[in-house]
Amino acid sequence: MADIVLDKVSKRYPDGTVAVQDVDLEIADGEFVILVGPSGCGKSTTLNMIAGLEDISSGELRIAGERVNDKAPRDRDIAMVFQSYALYPNMTVRENMAFPLRLAKVDKETIDSKVEEAAKVLELTPLLDRKPANLSGGQRQRVAMGRAIVRQPKAFLMDEPLSNLDAKLRVQMRTVVSRLQKQLGTTTVYVTHDQTEAMTLGDRVVIMRGGAVQQVGPPQELYDHPRNLFVAGFIGSPSMNFLHAAVEDGKLRTALGDVPIGERLRRQLDGADAPRELILGIRPEHFEDAGLVDDDTRRRGMEFEAPVEIVESMGSDKYVYFTVEGERASAAELEELAADAGAADFTGTGASLVTRLSAESPVREGENRRVWFNLEKIHLFDPSTGRNLTLHEGRASGALAD
Amino acid sequence: MATETTTRAKLRWGLLDVIVVVFAFIPVLWIASLSFKTPATLADGKFWPREWTLDNYRTIFATDQFIRALVNSIGIALIATLVAVVLGAMAAYAISRLDFPGKKLLVGVSLLIAMFPQVSLVSPLFEIERQLGLFDTWPGLILPYITFALPLAIYTLSAFFKQIPWDLEKAAKMDGATQGQAFRRVIAPLAAPGLFTTAILVFIFCWNDFLFAISLTSTERSRTVPAALSFFTGASQFEDPTGAICAAAVVITIPIILFVLFFQRRIVSGLTSGAVKG
Repeated sequence: MADIVLDKVSKRYPDGTVAVQDVDLEIADGEFVILVGPSGCGKSTTLNMIAGLEDISSGELRIAGERVNDKAPRDRDIAMVFQSYALYPNMTVRENMAFPLRLAKVDKETIDSKVEEAAKVLELTPLLDRKPANLSGGQRQRVAMGRAIVRQPKAFLMDEPLSNLDAKLRVQMRTVVSRLQKQLGTTTVYVTHDQTEAMTLGDRVVIMRGGAVQQVGPPQELYDHPRNLFVAGFIGSPSMNFLHAAVEDGKLRTALGDVPIGERLRRQLDGADAPRELILGIRPEHFEDAGLVDDDTRRRGMEFEAPVEIVESMGSDKYVYFTVEGERASAAELEELAADAGAADFTGTGASLVTRLSAESPVREGENRRVWFNLEKIHLFDPSTGRNLTLHEGRASGALAD
Repeated sequence: MATETTTRAKLRWGLLDVIVVVFAFIPVLWIASLSFKTPATLADGKFWPREWTLDNYRTIFATDQFIRALVNSIGIALIATLVAVVLGAMAAYAISRLDFPGKKLLVGVSLLIAMFPQVSLVSPLFEIERQLGLFDTWPGLILPYITFALPLAIYTLSAFFKQIPWDLEKAAKMDGATQGQAFRRVIAPLAAPGLFTTAILVFIFCWNDFLFAISLTSTERSRTVPAALSFFTGASQFEDPTGAICAAAVVITIPIILFVLFFQRRIVSGLTSGAVKG
């Protein structure tokens, strides 16, 4: 067990492309850290550099305080679980799991007992003499995990280990991974492109984009206090709503009406080079059916009326989609997020607003509905830099803060 | 699918199979039949020998000539196969796994060699080998065999290596294997069907070669069976050696059959199934 430190680690390819740029990250002993981001953001490259499967172009990687830049993977004492599982098809489950121990020249008895023990933890005991070809996807995944834990390495690296499983099994294995990590207390770096996995599994989440770290923090902090537009849009499902907002007469003119702003924001926006156009971000759960809001809450927000497009009843609450007039919010980050979601070419007309209303709301498709939203939960972003303007000392403070 | 159509399909396929097998086997069987005929009945045109005799086999094994040639053939073909497969495996592995400068050139040149007409090389090779003292020696045949077998080996093997998931090697490295261990314990066992297939192809190529064997040898010292056959004579100058040649042809077919039968079991497809997501 050990801590892992990345000190300005970069990866440049001979053709000049930069896959990872100056990543600084300190992973404490026993911590479960998730690297998350859209495809091509450098998360897998970062993981491969920690593993030693790819060279580090510049910067320093330390495992347990020791510089390991030039060490071969085998000398770093870390285990990896691959997306494809990468089980040796010519060996049985037992041989697969024993392989790292056999290479380490551990004596036969110890190997047997360790393999049995790992098999018990992962409920693989009845499968020990089968070949990988005769296992289901979930079983193969467990064998891959078994092969990693059997030699008690300093750290685990997992490269999208669950993405080949079907949805139900993935949720199940997520808890298995989580429990296993807690049980063993081994430092773990886990790569995924799935923000739900990132939110549910990690002690801390590292969001990456274009080879650079965007924000590092516990899942809830990233959710509540995103540092920039990209983080705000990436974390959360359904994702945050983004609306165009123009600064006029000390107010924000948006599709939801004129939003008042507090003293602090006003000061920020008073500067000569301050942006005149902003992007307003608000999460679906910060809307509510205006009819269901008590007076006390009503004062903290404002209301608007819009036609209801679609109602999705989830049982516990309702996802209601509204059509709102007005300009679409546009920024490089948003386009990238849309491209990653595969929706870049799917724009539609006008802006669609996703809200999460109480199940009691009598909202129906086609009608016009009055909706309240919480001004304290609004984020405002500078479209050119993506910076969250409502963030004050790392905390998001809404539009009205003084 | 109705059972009716499957029976019909079976019949049709069965018939096709029989035609192909008969077509392929008639010349072989004809030679086998000739090898059991006496000189008097040799030219009677009957498929089934009227008088059976083992004289032809006795003749070829009576002298040292044929046995010596057989030893040469086996030795030369085995050594050439071994070297070509080992070198080919290494080259194919590099081609399929690495991006090194000159990779395209290497692949191109090896293809060029495979396409080069061998006949045109015989005279220069003859001169070169005489100068170097390689003429009429084992290495004198082994070297050209390796040269012409290598492209074949590289092509077949790189196709097999490309099928092996890259992740397996990475996994082996993470599990603590050196590059060599990863190749020997993970990659090579998976490439085994490819190695055996290649070995068979290369062996047959070397075993059957007549052109180099007849041109680059002059004595029993290194003459292989295909070349030696052409030097067969009958018991007397006026006797036709057809029977003996046929017997020898049957004898030299046997090692090939054994070789294929022996390795056939190893050539099982789907050996890599289950390695990665299914």
